[in-house]
Amino acid sequence: MTLTDWNPILGRLTLQSLDPLKAVFDPTVNNFIASGAADAVVVGALLGVVLMTKYRLWKPLWNNWLTTVDHKRIGVMYIVLALVMLVRGVVEAVLMRAQQADGLHGGFLSADHFAQLFSTHGTIMIFFMAMPFLTGLINIVVPLQIGARDVSFPMLNSVSLGLTVAGAALVMISLVLGDFSTGGWTGYPPYTEAAFQPGVGPDYWIWSLGIAGLGSTLTGLNFIVTIYKERAPGMKFMHMPMFTWTALCTAILLVFAMPPLTVCAVMLALDRYAGFHFFTNALGGNMMNFANMLWLFGHPEVYILILPAFGVFSEIVSTFSGKRIYGYASLVLATMCIAVLSFTVWLHHFFTMGQDADVNAAFGIATMLIGIPTGVKIFDWLATIYRGRLQFTVPMVYMLSFMMLFVIGGLTGIILANPTVDFQVHNTLFLVAHFHNMLIPGLLFGMLAGYNYWFPKVFGFRLNEKWGHVSAYSWTIGFVLAFFPLYAVGLMGMTRRTVSYTNPAFQPWFQIALAGGFFVLFALFSMGMQLYVSIRDRDLLEAGADDPWNARTLEWATPSPVPAYNFAIVPTVDSRDAYAMAKASGAAYMSPARFNNIHLPGKTSLGVVTAVGGTALGFGLVWHMWWLAILSLVLVVAAFLARTFTEDEGVTIPSGIARRDFDAWMKRIRPEGWSDDTAPEMPGLETAQPMEHAE
Amino acid sequence: MKTENASSREAYLHDLRGYQTGLLLAVLLTVVPFGLVAWGGLSYVTAMSVVAVLAIVQIVVHVRYFLHVDLSPERRDDLHLILFSALLLAIMVAGSIWILVNLQTRMMMPM
Amino acid sequence: MTTEVLKPSRGYALIAENDVHHHDHGEKALSGFWLFMMSDLIIFGLFFATYLTTLNKMAIAGGPTPHDLFELKGAAMETAFLLASSFTFGLSSLAMKYDLGTSKVVGWLVVTLLLGAGFLFFEVSEFSRMFAEGAVPQRSGFLSAFFGLVPLHGAHVTAGCLWLIVMLVQIRVFGLTDAVKSRLMRLALFWHFLDVIWIGIFSAVYLAGVAQ
Ligand code: HEM
Ligand SMILES: [Cu+2]
Repeated sequence: MTLTDWNPILGRLTLQSLDPLKAVFDPTVNNFIASGAADAVVVGALLGVVLMTKYRLWKPLWNNWLTTVDHKRIGVMYIVLALVMLVRGVVEAVLMRAQQADGLHGGFLSADHFAQLFSTHGTIMIFFMAMPFLTGLINIVVPLQIGARDVSFPMLNSVSLGLTVAGAALVMISLVLGDFSTGGWTGYPPYTEAAFQPGVGPDYWIWSLGIAGLGSTLTGLNFIVTIYKERAPGMKFMHMPMFTWTALCTAILLVFAMPPLTVCAVMLALDRYAGFHFFTNALGGNMMNFANMLWLFGHPEVYILILPAFGVFSEIVSTFSGKRIYGYASLVLATMCIAVLSFTVWLHHFFTMGQDADVNAAFGIATMLIGIPTGVKIFDWLATIYRGRLQFTVPMVYMLSFMMLFVIGGLTGIILANPTVDFQVHNTLFLVAHFHNMLIPGLLFGMLAGYNYWFPKVFGFRLNEKWGHVSAYSWTIGFVLAFFPLYAVGLMGMTRRTVSYTNPAFQPWFQIALAGGFFVLFALFSMGMQLYVSIRDRDLLEAGADDPWNARTLEWATPSPVPAYNFAIVPTVDSRDAYAMAKASGAAYMSPARFNNIHLPGKTSLGVVTAVGGTALGFGLVWHMWWLAILSLVLVVAAFLARTFTEDEGVTIPSGIARRDFDAWMKRIRPEGWSDDTAPEMPGLETAQPMEHAE
Repeated sequence: MKTENASSREAYLHDLRGYQTGLLLAVLLTVVPFGLVAWGGLSYVTAMSVVAVLAIVQIVVHVRYFLHVDLSPERRDDLHLILFSALLLAIMVAGSIWILVNLQTRMMMPM
Repeated sequence: MTTEVLKPSRGYALIAENDVHHHDHGEKALSGFWLFMMSDLIIFGLFFATYLTTLNKMAIAGGPTPHDLFELKGAAMETAFLLASSFTFGLSSLAMKYDLGTSKVVGWLVVTLLLGAGFLFFEVSEFSRMFAEGAVPQRSGFLSAFFGLVPLHGAHVTAGCLWLIVMLVQIRVFGLTDAVKSRLMRLALFWHFLDVIWIGIFSAVYLAGVAQ
């Protein structure tokens, strides 16, 4: 990059950076796909703007969503983001599958474009699909499960969302302006150093991850404090639902595992922008330290991803078996063991880097140890199912498919944990098959199960079962077809991240995998259909949405959709599975003696400021538009400072409204012929005394 | 001084003494390692071991007297947090150094 | 006790008296800030680890060595300023806690600010001396790691000073309200935390470098 290419206003942005024009400059199939994707983003964005304007939705969008600090709405926005990014990630995945199905003849994509595809696919799936999805579920569910009115820092929550959105926006912009990194989701230098990739690609990677990573750290911090300090009166740690436990462990991992990512991204940025030598080939850089720090983050990250899914499955298995979860204490303990152990195994991602056999052995053994607590969980879930009264709802189909497939993925993981075996299959598609085997049946199925399970809680109507089943089965079949063949080609020696190959024996496997890709596309289509049909038939699906699954935990002890204030009266809890207990004892149908006024925090525009400012900051840094970077940073800081000089009055909801909502809800859920006067004498009434507030 | 009653004044003096003790110990724990290195009479390894130990002691002093995290029940949560963070920090730092130094020696690079 | 456990649980009860929120925002914010600092601690830890792995010939790459570069005098000055500032901040916190009057609180904060600025002055002059000797971060892996770690701490101190100025303005505007006090308590934590990090820096960077 010479100074002459640089323009003080546009930085290094030129006409050639416009991807929609790629096909015009050089019309090949490859470039048509690139330009088509760029056009799709532009057209999609424009269409959104036009529709919003046409239906006059800007104001409601601003008032009810963008400036809200309501954890449920913030959660919904996270999940919308995740679903949009899921579509992009899957489309890219199927493109790669199509390319490799024809890879024997070179396929239709350039090597560089293929490299961008796996880099964006991996980055998006991890950081902008999986992370927002689980953050969204945690946001929606955890405060309800612990009987809280909101998170501890509602405004910070909105800011975290803003940071995540800014990161995702940068990845989307990279489709339209300039190229993304070709360095994979791991971005290893020296390949991502300026000497090899002087363009904007790795910078997009650095800043999208860096900005979103800060958001995740803050989310983690917020939820640790929330779970520690906001639990309903009487709720002890060992009363908390499993999902809350896994959310707590994930939050702890976020606080401690995001820093290594931040550090290696910042160091790489210093190398690229300021000529430092952290990871360069020359002058004493050490690229092995990057691998070291990236995986110091990366391995805990996989548990950040999987633990909430474990939590979802724990809730689902007990609800749909109609039983208490088996081995609650062992599940809690296993979750905590996994969280701590996950910091001790990172080296298994680079067994082949050249360290001594005894170093490899130590980390190999530590890796195998993690299998133990995970195994405990599987057995607990099995024992919960045992003699349960199973209901094959959509979430349960995901659960069962998870149980079978995840064990296979776990076993291939134990195989990989053996350094000597890893030397054979490292960097092959065997590994790709393994981690997708954990991520799709584990993480993704967990998230989709949670989406089906809690949808009625948030929107007040259930999702259509038929299309739900179709999509759950299609995901399962699609996954098996798309990834089991990769175990085979991987063992045959097909390396990962490879655009084409010369061994004809690989081809049939890739063709099967492509078929799997089509099933996955169909699964995505069915999810769209499910949503469409459910919204169309929402009047029918409203019935029983207050507690559609006869669930056990507190998030169902309030009307669906949940009012802004969550609980008319925050419940005083005396046991685990509090809602199931309350339904059994009759307490769930009793009216409180009186209602209070409820105070809630007010709106804030800081989240939007962060999202826009963060995007502009990242964009300015990527394109070397220094004025934009400085300006947006200054404006964001100024906005935050200005906020500290104002007082948030909040809003007060009069007790009358709480009473009205409560009575309407009771009318819907009370058993036939119930009245407070004829209510049976409650057992355990000693808890019905006002108690000293915890803390 | 606005403190009306003696007990509050006593509490104030007690807290003040805490900061003074902290400062005194910190100065001591700084002067000694600086002095050792300036004097230069010890071997590198010995000097560094002493410096490392004194640094850790000084960190404990700061945490105790300036950050006021002690063994009392009110500060239990913070103490646990610090210990947990220290554990993870130790795993990460020691692990990184172990791995990278091992790699360097195997590439037969002079240390 | 045992009989109580044996009783069937009621699940929950809706008791309006228990649903009173003492909005102790300050305490929560303090806990959140502790977590933030521990996250930051890991960041520092990895910069330390990186620095320690560059103390070899390969990473020094023929450039200046720690022994060539570091001198005790500058490090001792910086240490003295930072430690003194930690103590004066403590005095300000005490004045706040025991209501000794806004002017005392502000006075000690101003002294702290000056000491912090003094620290930064010595640090910057140290860096400029190194630059003049050709010890720039672009010179070697070792110097990159040094200029990653030590200025990172310096940047934190700078942020702390700016925060302090903002707080002085807020005291001026609002007086010592609960919100302002709570922010000052967080700033105090931050300030003491930076002094703790500095113990690591003067030991592992300066003393180790000079002793070599
Ligand atoms: C939905 C079906 C999916 C398909 C068909 C698919 C397909 C692929 C393909 C073809 C690759 C490139 C393999 C190679 O290196 O040659 C890949 C890489 C990857 N995928 Fe997926 N994927 C899917 C879902 C997911 C999900 C749900 C996640 C994570 C939550 C994920 C995370 C990754 C990651 C991290 C990489 C590695 C990228 C890299 O090499 O840097 N994928 N996937
Ligand atoms: Cu791993």
